[in-house]
Amino acid sequence: MQPIAWQLSLVLMTLVAFAFAFAAINSGRREDDYTPLQKRAYRLRKRLFWALVLVFGPAMIYTLLELPYGAGRAHGGAGAAQLVEATGYQWRWELSRDEVVAGEPVEFRVTSADVNHGFGIYDANLHLVAQTQAMPGYTNTLRHTFGEPGTYRILCMEYCGIAHHNMMTEIRVVAR
Amino acid sequence: MATHTYEQAPDHGAKAGVLAYLATAAAVLLLMMVFGLLMRLEQAQWISIGADRFYELMTLHGAGMVGIAGIAGASVMWHFLRQYVELSPRIFVANLALFLVGVGMILASVLLGHFHGGWTFLYPLPGKSMGMWGPGAAALFMGGLLVIGVGFLLLHLDVARAIVARYGNFARALGWPQLFGHDDGKAPPPTVVASAMVTVVNVIGLVVGASILTMMLVNLYVPGFDIDPLLAKGMIYFFGHVFINATIYMAVIAVYEILPRYTQRPWKANKVFLASWTASTLMVMFIFPHHLLMDFAFPKWMLVMGHVIGYLNTVPILVVTGYGALMIVYRSGIRWDMASKLLFLSLFGWAAGAMPAFIDGTISVNYVMHNTLWVPGHFHTYLLLGLVAMVFGFMYYLGKPDHEADDRAIDRVAFWLFTSSVLGFTLSFLYSGKESVARRYAAHLPEWLPYDRIGSVFAALVIASALVFIVRFFARIGVARHDNRRAPLARGAAA
Repeated sequence: MQPIAWQLSLVLMTLVAFAFAFAAINSGRREDDYTPLQKRAYRLRKRLFWALVLVFGPAMIYTLLELPYGAGRAHGGAGAAQLVEATGYQWRWELSRDEVVAGEPVEFRVTSADVNHGFGIYDANLHLVAQTQAMPGYTNTLRHTFGEPGTYRILCMEYCGIAHHNMMTEIRVVAR
Repeated sequence: MATHTYEQAPDHGAKAGVLAYLATAAAVLLLMMVFGLLMRLEQAQWISIGADRFYELMTLHGAGMVGIAGIAGASVMWHFLRQYVELSPRIFVANLALFLVGVGMILASVLLGHFHGGWTFLYPLPGKSMGMWGPGAAALFMGGLLVIGVGFLLLHLDVARAIVARYGNFARALGWPQLFGHDDGKAPPPTVVASAMVTVVNVIGLVVGASILTMMLVNLYVPGFDIDPLLAKGMIYFFGHVFINATIYMAVIAVYEILPRYTQRPWKANKVFLASWTASTLMVMFIFPHHLLMDFAFPKWMLVMGHVIGYLNTVPILVVTGYGALMIVYRSGIRWDMASKLLFLSLFGWAAGAMPAFIDGTISVNYVMHNTLWVPGHFHTYLLLGLVAMVFGFMYYLGKPDHEADDRAIDRVAFWLFTSSVLGFTLSFLYSGKESVARRYAAHLPEWLPYDRIGSVFAALVIASALVFIVRFFARIGVARHDNRRAPLARGAAA
């Protein structure tokens, strides 16, 4: 997901840059009668508007089809969910178990004993694969199926005080 | 071919109050930029200041930058709005005085009391420091924010009074008769429409912000006065989102007012313009759940609303304001100088920064990018290359001794240095976000250091270019008070 977001952002930012560069490069010679130019520009704008609607409208809806809030995230996993109770403290994580099985859904029940924390799961390559907030008074249920065995790190994703950056733990994912 | 004529409004010099606002904003901006650089250098392991100092600087950097964005935006709005409505100079100065009192309280809280709970003061962190700071320091910080908020509330209430006195009500000031009925071409000018929008959203945002700050201040000393952390988070992000966005909507007035003077073309409040500002009024207030997408306990419909509005919100920025700048400049014969270049650049920065921002507001993307450096990546793009460029453009405009005055070579160099180094700086953040580098970490993992080092170099260059802009502003501050024509006539335009 992250590479797609990066590439898409670069493409869109570049397109915006081209549009501004085009107007700047063509700013030198004056077309003194602004009204016909405005009419042409408004027609083009209407097309641009509908192009945005046609491209980004479906994208906006399509990306809503798979939300992390329900059980859908654990799709692909077989068997009953492996339950992990996760509680954040200033500045450590307490997990009810530190080993789960790959290929089977895991249900993290995430909360906090003190302030806001963020429960971020990082894979062996240090890429964030899933997260939810850890809040006092609330339990956020995060469902994730680990595809690959290995050692995953849990990092805090919400600023929680002086040792926020040290609030890490590990969870082992073993093969079935 | 008919010749289009453009009637220029008198080009007033800045009142002393406007210059005091800009001077404050410039000085604090530079200091906060240095704090930001120190943070990047610490992450890059090129200096060693320690986690406690890092988080203190982080708290000051956030609060200071948001504060001066508000101050700078307000100065732009006030300067131009007073052409159309009668504003109170006393209230304007009172806001700055309260701002400075608030800044003093925040500095004391952080530098003397060692408060480092972040500018977002997320409940219940200010009251649960594990002994790192006392309730007095937390109270001083939140009290400082409250004082600053009261100042801005007074200013917006005065703007509301003046707008109602001139236009009768906010519906007229937002151009609703022309938007929903026949467009007779008599809609208020863009400056009034933008000011009305900002007033509506900021009055509501500031009241919500003041409410949660007051609740948390009570909670500090009466812990039995319990606050729901999710409600607190929602209120804080509502206030924070509205306030920081309002700063851009105020500063963009400089573009609406100044670019037409350079191109001798009007920037009119037509139906599309009015529709986009009315839509933005609503969207700025209802988009805030996109800060809470990883709070699974938050009502789902609100999270989906945040996702959807994130997409919709980019439309007015791209299709109306950004596109409007392209239209007004295209084949205009504009003579480029520092003011016109920076203002044009600012709309590029705003539009370009909106791209990674709306992508981050997509729930499935946010799931793996929330609170990574992707977030400062996008907001630094539209704040630094957008809002700050608008303010620098405004400063250069005020500092022009006359319409024929040329820029110096150092200005031109600083412009390109600023543009390229801000892009390098923000792209280093965005790339770090792509690599999952967590946000707000005093110490980074060894794998993350290369991005920090690249970012540090670009940050230093950003400061160097900003320093040129700021020194040039202060050097010409006397000129800024004069009433004179500043915008050169476009090539081929009828004088």
